[in-house]
Amino acid sequence: FVCCISFWILFSQGKAPAYHLILEGILILWIIRLIFSKTYKLQERSDLTPKEKEELIEEWQPEPLVPPVSKDHPALNYNIVSGPPTHKIVVNGKECINFASFNFLGLLDNEKVKSAAQASLKKYGVGTCGPRGFYGTFDVHLELEDRLAKFMRTEEAIIYSYGFATIASAIPAYSKRGDIVFVDEAACFAIQKGLQASRSNIKLFKHNDMTDLERLLKEQETEDQKNPRKARVTRRFIVVEGLYMNTGDICPLPELIKLKYKYKVRIFLEESLSFGVLGEHGRGITEHFGINIDDIDLISANMENSLASIGGFCCGRSFIIDHQRLSGQGYCFSASLPPLLAAAAIEALNIMEDNPDIFQTLRAKCKRIHRALQGISGLRVVGESFSPALHLRLEDSYGSRENDVKLLKRIVDYCVNRGIALTQARYLEKEEKCLPSPRTRTGQSCFWIPFSSNYKNKCFTLYSEFHFRY
Amino acid sequence: MANPSAVCNGHLHHHHHQKQNNVLKSGVCKKNGITKGVKKNGVTNGTLYKKTFIEHFEQAPMYVAVLTFVGFGVGTIFGYLRDFMRAWGLEKRNVAQEREQQKDFVPLYQDFENFYTRNLYMRIRDNWNRPICSVPGPQFDLMERVTDDYNWTFRFTGRTIKNVINMGSYNYLGFAETDPNALKTVTKELQKYGTGICSTRQEMGTLDKHVELENLVAKFLGVEDAMVFGMGFATNSMNIPALVGKGCLILSDELNHTSLVLGARLSGATIRIFKHNNMQSLEKLLRDAIIYGQPRSRRAWRKIIILVEGIYSMEGSIVQLPEIVSLKKKYKAYLYLDEAHSIGAVGATGRGVVEYFGMNPDDVDVLMGTFTKSFGAAGGYIAGKKGLVDFLRTHSHSAVYATSMCPPVAEQIIRAMKCLMGLDGTTQGLQRVRQLGKNTRYFRRRLHEMGFIIYGNDDSPVVPLLLYMPGKIGAFARRMLEKNIGVVVVGFPATPITESRARFCVSAAHTREMLDTVLNALDELGDFLQLKYSRYSKSSHPELYEENRFEFED
Repeated sequence: FVCCISFWILFSQGKAPAYHLILEGILILWIIRLIFSKTYKLQERSDLTPKEKEELIEEWQPEPLVPPVSKDHPALNYNIVSGPPTHKIVVNGKECINFASFNFLGLLDNEKVKSAAQASLKKYGVGTCGPRGFYGTFDVHLELEDRLAKFMRTEEAIIYSYGFATIASAIPAYSKRGDIVFVDEAACFAIQKGLQASRSNIKLFKHNDMTDLERLLKEQETEDQKNPRKARVTRRFIVVEGLYMNTGDICPLPELIKLKYKYKVRIFLEESLSFGVLGEHGRGITEHFGINIDDIDLISANMENSLASIGGFCCGRSFIIDHQRLSGQGYCFSASLPPLLAAAAIEALNIMEDNPDIFQTLRAKCKRIHRALQGISGLRVVGESFSPALHLRLEDSYGSRENDVKLLKRIVDYCVNRGIALTQARYLEKEEKCLPSPRTRTGQSCFWIPFSSNYKNKCFTLYSEFHFRY
Repeated sequence: MANPSAVCNGHLHHHHHQKQNNVLKSGVCKKNGITKGVKKNGVTNGTLYKKTFIEHFEQAPMYVAVLTFVGFGVGTIFGYLRDFMRAWGLEKRNVAQEREQQKDFVPLYQDFENFYTRNLYMRIRDNWNRPICSVPGPQFDLMERVTDDYNWTFRFTGRTIKNVINMGSYNYLGFAETDPNALKTVTKELQKYGTGICSTRQEMGTLDKHVELENLVAKFLGVEDAMVFGMGFATNSMNIPALVGKGCLILSDELNHTSLVLGARLSGATIRIFKHNNMQSLEKLLRDAIIYGQPRSRRAWRKIIILVEGIYSMEGSIVQLPEIVSLKKKYKAYLYLDEAHSIGAVGATGRGVVEYFGMNPDDVDVLMGTFTKSFGAAGGYIAGKKGLVDFLRTHSHSAVYATSMCPPVAEQIIRAMKCLMGLDGTTQGLQRVRQLGKNTRYFRRRLHEMGFIIYGNDDSPVVPLLLYMPGKIGAFARRMLEKNIGVVVVGFPATPITESRARFCVSAAHTREMLDTVLNALDELGDFLQLKYSRYSKSSHPELYEENRFEFED
C-alpha cells in the first residue's frame, strides 16, 4: 500500500526511472494475486473426509489418567503418627523421640500457645470464609503482620495462609517474563515452582559459589552492553536461602550484598529454616551476619518451623511488600489464615521475644549432636554445626538410587524400632532441577523439658551402635 | 419457562436451557406447568437433565455500556492529569518510593502497570480489605476505618460497627459459628494436638486425624479414596502438574479460577480455552484435538483433560455436567471437577453438583473441592479412584514438600461433615442444606421481581448483581455499609471491564428477616442509584415461582 502511494507520487512527478516503474508494477500484480488467491490455513487437512475423522476419533486411545503405583513404592505407605507430633511421638504404634519434625523451638505443645489458640477459637471460630479482600481480614491478621514487621525491624509484613505458597507467590509478583533471576542450585522446591510460574530467565549458579555467581553476573553485564535499551527495563534478582533445606549450610550474605550493589541486582532471601534459629534474637541470617535489614529487598519465611503454626510471611520495605497485596496470587485468590493459627503465631512470637536465650540453647544442642554424629562409618553428616536440620548421607552409593533409598529406609526403621524417629528426606525425583542424593534428615528441637540430657545419652549410644554395625 | 416473550424479543440475549425428562412421574409434567407454550432452544439431548436448568445472562441496554465506557474514560483522563501533577510536584506523592541507595537500579514496577491501581482502584479502595473482629457468621462486627487522605492511608477509630449483615463471606451452610457446644470436639483436639505439624505428609506429618478425615471424605462423596491438603489454592496448583505434563492437552473453561490456571500453566501441558459452559465450543476443541493431534508434530495427544468448576464464583452459573460427561465418554477424555463453591451448597444432601444432576461420582475422574466455603475451615481435597489417590500420595508436590493440614482444622471438617451426613444423630445437616436452598431461591426470586439484572443459575447461592458503571461500585458498597449491610463488589480486572458487579453469598444461617432487610435496602438503593436495568421486571407467570414446585426432588 505504501509503495503504491510512493509509486503514484513519483509517477505524477514524472521523475520515476524505468526500473522503478517495473518493480512497482510487479508488486501491484503480486498484491492483486494474493488478495484473490485462496486463504491458507495451516491446520486444515482438506483431504480428510468426515468418515475418516470419525475413524480417527474411534481409534485414538489415551494413556491412563495415572500410571499404576506399585504397592512397595517407598513413598506410598505413610508413617502414621497417633497423637500430637511433639518431642515424644508415637509412630506406627511405637513411641519414639522426635528427631524428624522441624519443631526447632519446641513450641508445638507449649501451653501458652495452645491457650491463645483456644481463646481465638472461642471468639472467631475456625475458618475465615473468605479471601483477604472480601471480609477475610481479621484484626488478628493485622496484629500478626504488625508484630512480625516490628520483630524483624522492617516496615511492613504480609501473611500467607500456606508456607509453600509464600515464596511461590512472591517471586512471580515481581519477576515477569524477560527478567533475569540468579538462583542457587540447591534452592528448595517452592522456589523452583515460584520461578517456573514467573516465566523469567533462570540462571543457576553452583551452590554457595560466589565466583560462579560473579561470572554469571559479568556475562550478563556484557550482554547488557550490547543492548542497553533492553537492559534498562530488565529486572534482575538473586534468590538465595538463609539456611538451605537441601544441604544444611548458610549462604554467604555479606559477599552477596557486595555483589548486589556492584551489579545492581535485588536480593530475595528465603528464611524458612533460619528464622527463629540464627541470630542473637532469632531474627535470622541478617542478624547472624550483622547486616542492615534494609539491604535485603524481600525476606520470606514460613511460620511452620520455628513458630509451630501454619502459614508464611514476607517482610521488607513497604515499597516492595505492598505490591503483593494486589499481585500475590496466593494472597489475593485464597482464603486467609485461620485466626486460631494467627493467634498461635503471635503467642509464639511473644515467647521468642521474652526468652532470647532459647536460641543459644538450640545452637549449643545442635553443636553437640553434630559432634556426636561425626565418625559413624558409612554415613556422613551434611550441614553446618549450628544448623538444626542435618542430613546424614551415605558415604558411597550402593549401586543405584533405589538401593540407596532402600538401605536408608532400613536405617530409619532400625532407629524407629529403637525409639528414635528419623525420616528420609523426600524429593520428587522427576521434578527437581538438581536432585540431591538420598539422605536422612534430622530436625533438632530445643528441648524445654529438663531431663533432655537423658535423650542425648540415648541418642549417643544409638549412634555408636551404628558405628559398629555398619 | 420464564417468559415466552424472551424468545420473541430480538435483542435480549437470554441464555436459556429447557430440558424435560420424560421419565419423570407423569404427575410432575402437568402440575408444574413448565411446558406450557415454551419453545425449546434447539436442545437435542433432552433426556440428560432430570429437572429444569435455568440460567440467566441478560445483557444490559446499550446506553449502559456506553455510559460505562464514558465513566472509565473520565477516570482515565483524571488519572493522567493527576500523574502529570504528581510528576511536576504540584501534588504530594503518597505512594511509597524506592530507597535512595537503590535509585539507579532497574525500576521494580513499570509506571504504566500501576496506572490502574494508582488512579482508579485507589479511589474506591475502602470497599475492600475491610477488617472484621468477630466470627464471619450471618452477622459480624466491622472495625471502623476512616481515611484522611482519600484512601492512601487508613486509620482505625477504635470503634466497631456491630451486627453488620454479612452478604460477603463464603459461609454457605453456616458452619462458621462460635457455639461452644458445636466446637466441643475442636476445642478438645486443639488441646490434645496443638496447632502445628512441622512436617510434610510423606515425612512425619501424617496424623491419625488425617487418615480419619480422608476416609470420611471418601464416604461422603461416595468414592473409593480421598486425600486432603492444607490449602485449597495449593490443591489445584500442586496436583494438576502431577497429573498432566508435556504432551497432554488441557481444555479449560474461559472463566476458571486462578488456581486452576496456575496449575495448568505449571504442568507444561498445552492449554486450550473453550467458551464458558458452551458445549459446542468444547466439542469442537475435542474433535480438532483428536483429529489433528499436537501442533506441528501431529503426534497423538497423550491424554486430554477437561478442567471445569462446579459453580463459577463470579457468574453464579453451574457447570452443565451431564453434557460434559457424555462428551468425555464419547471422546475418551478425563474430567477434573473443581467443586470449591458447590460442595455442600448444592445437591439434595449437599454432596455437590454430581448429586445435583443425579449422576454417578464415578463418572468424574478427579473430584476436587475445598473446605473453606461450606465447611468453615481451610484446606482442600482430591477424591476419586484408589489408583488416582495412591498416585497423588506418591507424586503430589504438596505431599512431598508442603506441610499437612493442622489438626483442629481437620477436626472442624470432620464434625461439619458428620453433621451433614447425619452421623452425629441429628438432622441438622440436612436442615441446613434445605434452608440454604430456600434462602437462595427466595433471594433470587425477589431480586428478579425488583428488576435487577442477576446472573447465574436459579439454584446457585452465589448471586452476582450487575452494576456496570465504575462510579456505582463505590457508591453501592458505601451506602450498603451505611445501612449496616456488608457486601462484596468486584470490578476490573476480576470481571470484564463493562461488567462490574456486586456479589452476594447467601447462607443457610441467614434468617428470613435478615434477607428481607437486605432486600428492602437493595430496593431503595436500586431506585436511588438507578440499578434496575432488567427489561422484564415483574414476572408475568407468578405461579411458576411457587415453592411447591421443588418438592418433587428426591
